[in-house]
This record gives sequence, structure tokens and C-alpha cells, in this order.
Amino acid sequence: MADITLKINGRTVTAPAGSTILEAARLAHIEIPTLCFLKEINEIGACRICVVKVKGARSLVASCVYPVNEGMEVWTNTPEVLESRKKTLQLLLSNHDRKCLSCVRSANCELQALCRELGVDDEGFYDGSRTPSEIDASAAHMIRDNSKCILCRRCVAVCENVQGIGVIGPNHRGFSTAIGSAFGMDLGETSCVSCGQCIAVCPTGALQEKDFTGQVFDAIADPNKHVIVQTAPAVRAALGEEFGYPIGTNVEGKMVAALRALGFDKVFDTDFSADLTIMEEAHEFLDRVKNGGTLPLITSCSPGWIKYCEHYFPDMTENLSSCKSPQQMFGAIAKSYYAEKAGIDPKDIVCVSVMPCTAKKFEIGRDNQAANGVPDVDIALTTRELARMIRKAGIKFTTLPDEAYDEPLGLSTGAATIFGATGGVMEAALRTAVETLTGEELPSVDFTEVRGIAGIKEATYHVAGMDVKVAVASGLGNARELLNRVKSGEAEYHFIEIMGCPGGCVNGGGQPQQPGPIRNTVDIRALRAKVLYDSDKANTIRKSHENPAIKELYATYLGEPGSSRAHHLLHTTYVKRRINEI
Amino acid sequence: MSQKKEGVRFSGTPEQEAELKKVIAELKDTKGALMPILQKAQDIYGYLPIEVQTMISDETGIPLEKIYGVSTFYSQFSLQPKGQYRISVCLGTACYVKGSGEIFKKLEEILGITNGQCTPDGKFSLDSCRCVGACGLAPVMMINDEVYGRLTVDDIPGILAKY
Repeated sequence: MADITLKINGRTVTAPAGSTILEAARLAHIEIPTLCFLKEINEIGACRICVVKVKGARSLVASCVYPVNEGMEVWTNTPEVLESRKKTLQLLLSNHDRKCLSCVRSANCELQALCRELGVDDEGFYDGSRTPSEIDASAAHMIRDNSKCILCRRCVAVCENVQGIGVIGPNHRGFSTAIGSAFGMDLGETSCVSCGQCIAVCPTGALQEKDFTGQVFDAIADPNKHVIVQTAPAVRAALGEEFGYPIGTNVEGKMVAALRALGFDKVFDTDFSADLTIMEEAHEFLDRVKNGGTLPLITSCSPGWIKYCEHYFPDMTENLSSCKSPQQMFGAIAKSYYAEKAGIDPKDIVCVSVMPCTAKKFEIGRDNQAANGVPDVDIALTTRELARMIRKAGIKFTTLPDEAYDEPLGLSTGAATIFGATGGVMEAALRTAVETLTGEELPSVDFTEVRGIAGIKEATYHVAGMDVKVAVASGLGNARELLNRVKSGEAEYHFIEIMGCPGGCVNGGGQPQQPGPIRNTVDIRALRAKVLYDSDKANTIRKSHENPAIKELYATYLGEPGSSRAHHLLHTTYVKRRINEI
Repeated sequence: MSQKKEGVRFSGTPEQEAELKKVIAELKDTKGALMPILQKAQDIYGYLPIEVQTMISDETGIPLEKIYGVSTFYSQFSLQPKGQYRISVCLGTACYVKGSGEIFKKLEEILGITNGQCTPDGKFSLDSCRCVGACGLAPVMMINDEVYGRLTVDDIPGILAKY
């Protein structure tokens, strides 16, 4: 389509037809502030922060949704515009719990940042009644505090439109409007899957994960406890953002150093158990193919996806791999194999995980996740909580030296590292499954067809005389679309990878929060995923079955993949749930 | 706080359920079907309790929360059943200055329910309204089609005792 010519702040600029004023201004190097707007997720023009003056319009218009026209004249920062934005912020603050000092989002709050930019302080200009609210801490993974909610509806949009779940929404009307669940149900009573995408997009402190950093500090301080930590692949790709590094910086070495400085007795890597997952899952896949088991096999690493499957596709839980997630496999091995080797009673081990994920907090409490009579994992932290601990402990993250993980549960391959991105588990599994099937070394370990941030990806590989059809979906809305195709018979696959969050774990609900203006202009999923693929490429071992620590684990402890000991420690069960449970 | 188990016990009949399912089957594939489905459902059941909204969610695939959000946004929808005797107290200007606020409070106190609710035995429901066109009789309340005017707080127990 032809470009549109218009004037912004007196300067002639051009923008593609169909652009909004916000987009056109951005092309002209003018940033219009936004608050509710999230590109392709929440484009509703609700908050009125992005208002601009348009010649001939009877009032200020919301630039995030207002399309440009030929010859249009726009002003983005007249006194009238600035005053309007200021008044909007004052009105928002009048119904907002302004406890900024103790707020988890202080210094990382989009409302606070706008107030600072526009010179709005907390004098309570329009103070009066406040919408009554209660804190909802019913879910295993998060807290909703509506006294800090500004009704931007980002959480509602991501839950319903991206994840296809819709357990939260605006209820009642006018001043009584509040985001919540049907009939005032607590979130823990609904079919919420704990993905935490709502937290990731919340501009304020209304939504946050349940914080367990205090319990971890206490465990570390307890001389009778052996406290070990594992870090998921995607954490190293994003933790740096909390300390000022550009998005897409690998901070693995500093992260390990920081964990050691915090006082963990051993710093291990979930990548190790990701390799273990591949051994078990590839074995399970080949077994199902050879022996007529339920196909397609669907991956089970993502606990948000697992709960979604149980609620929304209960007739497909037999398709789920019985493999525990890498987090849980790690815990089960740490409290058996490692405990025996180190001569420590499993009851004295506190197994902490650092995850890009909030659903991991739910997963640790599931049934059949305590192989040694004690929970496999005791405390699951998010990437954000780890950053909070590092700051609280006064550790100067940026000046730390790079350190390496402890052995043996810190040894991993490139295949494990890419688990954190959509398509990564599939690629890692293929590297091992194909070599196992053919008995020959792969000419190239790169399965590029399943890479990239597309919501649904498909590929067919010709292996040992068989066409292996695979599919990959990330984000639960995409998962639903893919599974409906499978159920209707429209598509047929042998192996499906599903991750609950769009783009996979790199964009998990426990990752550092990036503000709207950043999310709207750069693809954080692709930048963070690149860290993992670069790390894979740089690794000398890129296939899970070649991990020497994994080989030793099987040779000396587990026997073969799928052995009865492996089954006892590394596999789990699922339940069938309903969407509406009343 | 969860209001799942609050209010009058649901007593829908199989006939009502069949009728609702027929309505949903007719409408569910049209765009914007939720409003007409909710209106018909309210016609069938008289109100929209969680049991009815869940049926609509299960049949249409629309999340229960979305249905609840719509049903609490529009005042035409009621989540509580209406009683055998529907009390409405005018809180319009004329009645209000004549003390209908106190009348309303007294009714809340005696019946143990608040605006929009129904007593657990299903006998009385209480609503506020705006002007019944009898300002000369202010303060006014209606019980079903019966109008009571020039009320005082002390009249209320006696009036309720008649039902």
C-alpha cells in the first residue's frame, strides 16, 4: 500500500497506510507514552495516556488505535495534551494504593515511570472513595492485589486472546469495575494454568509471583541443611536484564558466581536434567512408535501446558509423555543418586530451582512428584526472585567473575540449552532419537525447520525408512489450534512439542518484566532465544546422549532409559480436569 | 471472595435445561450470540445463577468469566432470583428527600438481604428503583403491583406481615 503523508508537530512525515498515529510518530523518532497498549495483544485505547491533538477532531484522540490519513496534522506534546495525560495519571492515582516504597515493582513500574516523566506526584489530587478490593493469594503461583490495578486489561487480553483461557476479566461496571474471576471465585478455584503471562505484562504491582526468597535465605542460613540450586536454560538468557544488560545477553557465568556468593552449597544446572529428559523421552517416543503406543507423543516439560491439557483436552492426557519435567527430574536425581554419592540424607537436602516460569511453583506440589519420599523440588523461584535475592544480598552482579557449574549435575550439552526456546525440546529429542534409530552419526545436528518464534511449526523428517512428522506450538492459543487440527483428523503427527508461553520458556511468566514500549518495538522472545542457540553452537557436545555425566548416571545407577528405576524416579502421572468446576 | 455458593439454592428443571440448550444450539454460531443467549436464559430461569452461566459456558465454549463479566455489566441481568413478592423502593429524588433511604435500610434489616437479593426462602426480593410516577405519595414502595405511599419506618413490619 502507498505511504501516507502527514504532519506531526509541524514536520512532514510519511508512514505506511494503515499505521496508527503512534506508529507513524515512532517512525519520525517521536515516542508517545502508552500504558494499556500492547501490540497485537491489547489494542483497545482505554487508558488515554497516548492522547494527541488532531486538527479537526472534536477531542484528543488515542494515538495507539487512531489510523493516519493523508494530510492529517497531529501534535503530540502541546500543553493541552500534556495536561490531559497528567490529569489521567492523577485520576488513576486517586484509586491506587500508592505504597511505592515497598512495592515489588518500584523502579520497574510503568505507572510510576509515567508519573515521573509527566511530573505527577502522589499528593492525592482527586482522592475520595476507593474501589474495595481483597488480595487473592489462592493460587499456588501468584498474588493479585487489585488496590494497585489500573484496569488496563493487559492481563485479561493475554489470558483470553493469547492463551485462550480467559479466567480473568472485568466484572461489574463503572467505579465498581474490578478484574477478577467469575462469581468472585478465587483464581485457585478456576482453570487458571499458572502460566504467569498476566504477571509478565502487568504494568504495575497488581500482579506478582508468590515470593519464596525468604524461605531460601532461611534454608541457606540453616547449618543442618544442604541447599542446592538448579537453574533452567532460559534464566541465563534473561537475568542480565535485571542488572542493566541489553536484552539477549548470556550471563550464565555471573549467575553461577552470584548463586555461589548467595551461599548455595552446590550450584547445578537444569540443563543436566534436560539431557536426562531427552534420554527418557526419546526412548518413550521410539517405544511408542515400535510398539503401537498412543501417538502423537506430546512433550511434558511445561507445567502450564500440562495443566491446560488436563483442563481443556482431558481426552489427550494419554498422549502426554510420562516424563517428569527437567526441574522435577533434577530434584528426583539430586535426592537419590547425588544424595547417595555425597552421603547426605535426602531429608536434609533443600532443592531450590530458579525458573523462567511461575507454573513451576504449582508443579512442585503436584501428585507423584516426590520420588524419594520427600518433594523432588522444595522451592521454585522465578528469574525475578533470584534477581531480588542478589540485590538484597548486596552482590555486585556486574563485576562478578564468570564461574562454572558444579559437577556432576552441572554438566550439560547444547541440546539441553535450547530447551528454553520453542522448538528446542523437539530439536534436542530429534538429535538423540534419529541417531538411536539409524545407529549412525547425524551429518548435521541443526533441525532449523523447528526453530523460530512462529506460533505453530511443522516438519517431516525421513528417518530409517520412515517419515517422522513433527509439530511445535508455543502459547496455549496456538496449542489449542494445533490440537484441534489433530483431533479433527486434519493433521497427523508422531511427535508434538508444546510450550505454554509464546516463544517458549525465554518468554516465561517468571522472566524479567519489560515495559510496554519495549515489548511493542523489539521481539524479546527472539533476542533471548538467540542466546540459547548461540550457546548450543559454541558447545562441543550438542547431543544429550553424549553427555558424559548422563552416561555415567545410566551406567552406574539407572541402567537403561525406561528402566524400572528410571520409571520410579523420572516419570509421573496426570489427571483429568474440567474447565468449569462448580 | 467467592460467591459461588451464596444465595438461593438453584432449582432448575430438566425442561428449562432442554429449552436453554435449544436456544444455545440455534444461536451459538452467530457473532455476538452471548447477549441474546443471556436474555433468553433469563426469560427461562428468571435469573442467571452460576449453574445457568456454566451451562452456557460449557455449550458455547465462551469462558465463564466472560459471561459473568457481561452479566454484571448490564443492569438488565440479575444474578439473584426475584422473590414471590418483589419489593421495590423508590430512591428517586422526591422519595429520597422524604426519607425512602431509611425505609430501604429498615427493609434490609428485617429481611437480612441487600439491594438485588432474595431471601433464602424465596419469599421476598428487594430492589431500589427510580420513580414509579407517584411522587405525591413520597416516600413510595411497591410490592409486586401494590403501591404503598407516605411511608414511615414504623409501617414496614406491619406491611411485611401481610405477606
